[in-house]
Amino acid sequence: MIRTALLVAGKDLRVEARSRVLLWQVVPFGVMALLLSGLALGPQRAGRSDAAPGLFYLVVVLVALLMINRSQGIERAPGTRASIATLGLDPAGIYLGKVLALAVELWLSAVVLLAGAVLFLHTALHGTLLALPSVIETLAALAAAGTLYGALSAGAATATLLPLVALPAFAPLLIAGERSFVAALHGGALWEWWVIVTVALVAYLGVGILLYGVLEDS
Amino acid sequence: MKALVDRLLGPVTLVALAVTVWLGLWVTPPDVHQGNLARLVYVHPALAWVALYLSFGTATIASALYLWPRTRSEVLDRVAHCAMEVSVVFIALTLITGSIWGRPTWGVWWAWDARLTSTAVLGLLALGYLALRRATDDAHVRARRGAVYVLLAAINVPIVHFSVLWWKTLHQNATVFTADRHLLIHGIMAWTLLVSFVAFSLAFAWLLRARYRLEASRGAVADAVVERALDERRREGVV
Repeated sequence: MIRTALLVAGKDLRVEARSRVLLWQVVPFGVMALLLSGLALGPQRAGRSDAAPGLFYLVVVLVALLMINRSQGIERAPGTRASIATLGLDPAGIYLGKVLALAVELWLSAVVLLAGAVLFLHTALHGTLLALPSVIETLAALAAAGTLYGALSAGAATATLLPLVALPAFAPLLIAGERSFVAALHGGALWEWWVIVTVALVAYLGVGILLYGVLEDS
Repeated sequence: MKALVDRLLGPVTLVALAVTVWLGLWVTPPDVHQGNLARLVYVHPALAWVALYLSFGTATIASALYLWPRTRSEVLDRVAHCAMEVSVVFIALTLITGSIWGRPTWGVWWAWDARLTSTAVLGLLALGYLALRRATDDAHVRARRGAVYVLLAAINVPIVHFSVLWWKTLHQNATVFTADRHLLIHGIMAWTLLVSFVAFSLAFAWLLRARYRLEASRGAVADAVVERALDERRREGVV
C-alpha cells in the first residue's frame, strides 16, 4: 500500500512539476485572492492581523478546490483509469498517494500565502511560524477530505459540484485551522483545535482507505 | 399488516400532530420567564430529533448496508435517498423554528453559534447529497457515490450533537436531559414534549414511506419505458 502510495504521489507531483500549473497559475491566483481580500477589508482593517487567519484559510480553500480539480483531472485523462485497472494497484494506496501529492501541493502554496499574509495583512512573523504545525496538519486534513470529495464528484459537472459537496465538509476543518492560527498569533488554547483536526484527519484517512476502492469502481 | 400500516400511518400521524398542537397551545401553561415563546419547545427539539438522528441515522444505516456486498440492494439506496430528502426539510424547519425563537430571546435571527452553524453545515451537506445524485444518470454509480457521501456527512452529526458542550456558545445545553440524565422538564410539559417527539417521528415515517413509494413508482415507470423501447426495436427487427 505504501509503495503504491509513493508511486501515485510521485506520478502526480511529476505531472504538476512538468505542467507548472501550480507555480504559474494556482499560486499567483492565491496571492491575488489574498490581495483582494485585503482590499475588501479596506486599508485600515487590512493591516489588523485578527482578520488575517480567516482570510488566509479562505484563500487556501479556493486554492485547494482548484488543486483537487487538477488532481482528479489527471485521473480522467484518456487511458489513465484503464492503465491503473490493468496494473491492479491497491485503491487504498492510490488514495493515500493522491492525498500525499495534494498535501505537498497545498503545503507549497501555503508557504507563499503565509508570506503574503505577513506582507499584506501584517500578521506577526513569530506567531505565523508558531501556527505552521497547525497549518500543515489542517492542510493534510483538507487534502484527505478533498481527495475523497473530488473522487465523489468526478464526472461531467465536477467544477460546479465539487465546491457544493466539499465546502460544507471543509467548514469544521477551516474553523479549527483558523482558531489555532488565531491562538498562535494572540495566545490561547492551541491543542483543542489540534485535536479536532487530528480526529478529522484520521477519520478521513480511515474512510478513504476503506472506501476509495468503491469510488474507483464507480 | 403492511396494508394496515399504510392505511393507518397517515391518520395516526395527523392525530398525533393535532394532539401536540392542542397540548402545546391550550393545555400547557406559559413559562415563568419566557411566556408563550417557550411553547416552541414542543416543536423545535422534536424537529431537530427527526432531522439529525432519525433521518440521518436511517440514511447512514441504509448507506452502510448498501456498501456491504451481502446486503446491497436498490431498496436500501432508495431508503437512503428518501431519508436524506426528508432530512433537508426537517433541518430547514429546525433552523427556521430556532430562528423564530432566537429573535426575541437573543435579539437576532441568526447568531454565529456553534450549534446553529454546525446544523446549517449539515443542511448544506444534505443538499450536496441531492446535487450529487442528480449529477449522474448511471443508477449504480449514483448509489455507490451517494452511500459513501452519506457516511462522510454523518461524521458531522456527532459534531452538531456535542457542539453545545464542546464550544459553549449561545445555544443552551440539552433541553430535556442534563448530562447526567436528569430530567429538566416535568408534568404536563414533559408529556407534551414526549407526544411531540412521537408525532414528529410518525410524520418522518409517513413522509419517508410516501417518498419511497413515489421513488419506486418512478423507477418502475423508467424501467417500463426502457422495456417498451426495446420491444419496439425488436419488432422493427422482425418486420
